[in-house]
Amino acid sequence: MNVLVCISQVPDTTAKIEFTDGNRAFDTTGISFVINPYDEFGLTRAIWLQEKQGARVTAVTVGDASVEPSLRKALALGADNAIRIDAEPKDSYQVAEELAALVEAGEYDLVVAGKESIDYNGEAVPGFLAAMLDWPFVNGCIQLEIEGREACAQREIDGGREVVSFPLPAVIAGQKGLVEEKDLKIPNMRGIVMARKKPLTVKEPVGAPAEIRAEGFEKPASKSAVTLIDADRLDELIKCLHEEAKVI
Amino acid sequence: MLTRGSQGHLTPNPEVWIEMNTVVFAETNSEGKFRKSAAELISYAKHIAGTAGGRVVAVTFGASEPGDLSRYGADEIANLTDKELNRFSPEIWAQALSEAAQGEIYILSHSNDGASMAPFLALKRHAALVTGAIAYPSAVSPLRVKRNAFSGKGIVEVVVQREKAVLTLMPNSVGKKESGSQSEITEKSVHLDAPKVRVKSRELAQGKIDVKEANVVVSGGRGLKGPENWGMIEELSELLNGATACSKPVSDMGWRPHSEHVGQTGKTIAPDLYIAIGISGAIQHLAGVNGSKNIVVINSDPDAPFFQAADYGIVGDLFKVVPELIAKLKEYHTQNG
Repeated sequence: MNVLVCISQVPDTTAKIEFTDGNRAFDTTGISFVINPYDEFGLTRAIWLQEKQGARVTAVTVGDASVEPSLRKALALGADNAIRIDAEPKDSYQVAEELAALVEAGEYDLVVAGKESIDYNGEAVPGFLAAMLDWPFVNGCIQLEIEGREACAQREIDGGREVVSFPLPAVIAGQKGLVEEKDLKIPNMRGIVMARKKPLTVKEPVGAPAEIRAEGFEKPASKSAVTLIDADRLDELIKCLHEEAKVI
Repeated sequence: MLTRGSQGHLTPNPEVWIEMNTVVFAETNSEGKFRKSAAELISYAKHIAGTAGGRVVAVTFGASEPGDLSRYGADEIANLTDKELNRFSPEIWAQALSEAAQGEIYILSHSNDGASMAPFLALKRHAALVTGAIAYPSAVSPLRVKRNAFSGKGIVEVVVQREKAVLTLMPNSVGKKESGSQSEITEKSVHLDAPKVRVKSRELAQGKIDVKEANVVVSGGRGLKGPENWGMIEELSELLNGATACSKPVSDMGWRPHSEHVGQTGKTIAPDLYIAIGISGAIQHLAGVNGSKNIVVINSDPDAPFFQAADYGIVGDLFKVVPELIAKLKEYHTQNG
């Protein structure tokens, strides 16, 4: 079984986000980058498939050389090889087309991605990819089991969850639950040394076009000073919520 | 595979006036009642029609009372009666919506189901996809709109490079607005393929308000000390007709289900009222909730960073404050009906 894990490199969750160039670009000064948390759940689940079911795991990302540390980390965590598609990611459609071209040229049985990335939050690459490939798609995947060519999964839906089954090949968009937070690992020394010897291939992009263009950025409006209410005077809070906020 | 190529790419020509027809997907719950987002989406489409002209068609699947939506300005509410649509399938739902009504702009909720089907719809309609919009478009041809980025830590304004667009709107972004007109209600049936994914069973949280759509969200953190203390969070949320949520550590420790986790790596929400109880307010949590219109923070630590992002703050022991707040609210409800 060949598993392709799509990862994206994003600002660390503790990062403060600032914009530069007249609010036309994200300011990367002083930002440390990590593997997108949603993708880490997928990567970890894929490595379990490798350890327990002999799957071969390929990690892929779309980006310039600055995203290679995340691919090296994926290799250190156990991925067998890594591919970087050498294009500047501009929107979900373009990234999905680049990934679809890679999948079509390879022999993958399963594509695992994160449900969304915490930088642009498109929630669209995995769905686009499944639609382009015409493969089964499970979004918000919180459990996955594979036996031969059949898969069984759980997915979150609005207002609940579902148990679903589908044949491979397929595209999965994972989130917490696919594995738990405590299952996530940091690379050990052996993994880091091994990662240096594993192949990281750079591929030329097919040159897919973007469909949306970012025009400008801003930060959300900040709150005015907090109104502190004495814990013994909760009537005040109810009055404020009724008269000022008009929410009760 | 790549069905689009350069087809449908936008040729900028400001002289040509194109009338924009908008199609809204009005989601229903398992009982066929409309989700709260449905009225907001139609109001949003009506606002676009107000500037760009064109018809607004709302498409819904198996709605029990399609007329419930007729005051928000749709010209037509098309109720699809096909039984196959009872079960969620992103590709089949996208196909149904695409077959049921043609438009230049499709508007869906950025719910789990809406966001799942949007890429399939965009590909079918040769439309650009904009997800997580948080405001009315600042222009419609080409479509230009602000959307959520960096999980709520930023906002990005995007411009669509195609003639058609599929847009998903974050719930509670603009609210619903009644319009003077009444909608024509129609029933339709469409051709559907077989789904690629089979649904074997479904577990629904009956009668619960979805956290993404709720007007009021009551959220608990580590300060609650254990899952056994969640009764008061639930009671407070019920009193306010709201939903319950939690911080990341709480869901990681298994005190509450992952589906309740709000924050940067959980759900992003924007209710009218967010009450944070025993949550310190780490930057990752604030990212997912800072779109809330009013934030109340209850915490024993006066230096908790959350107070900086709050509208109202109460420094005190939550085990005393919350039960007393519940009692005061009951009193308030009795006095004010």
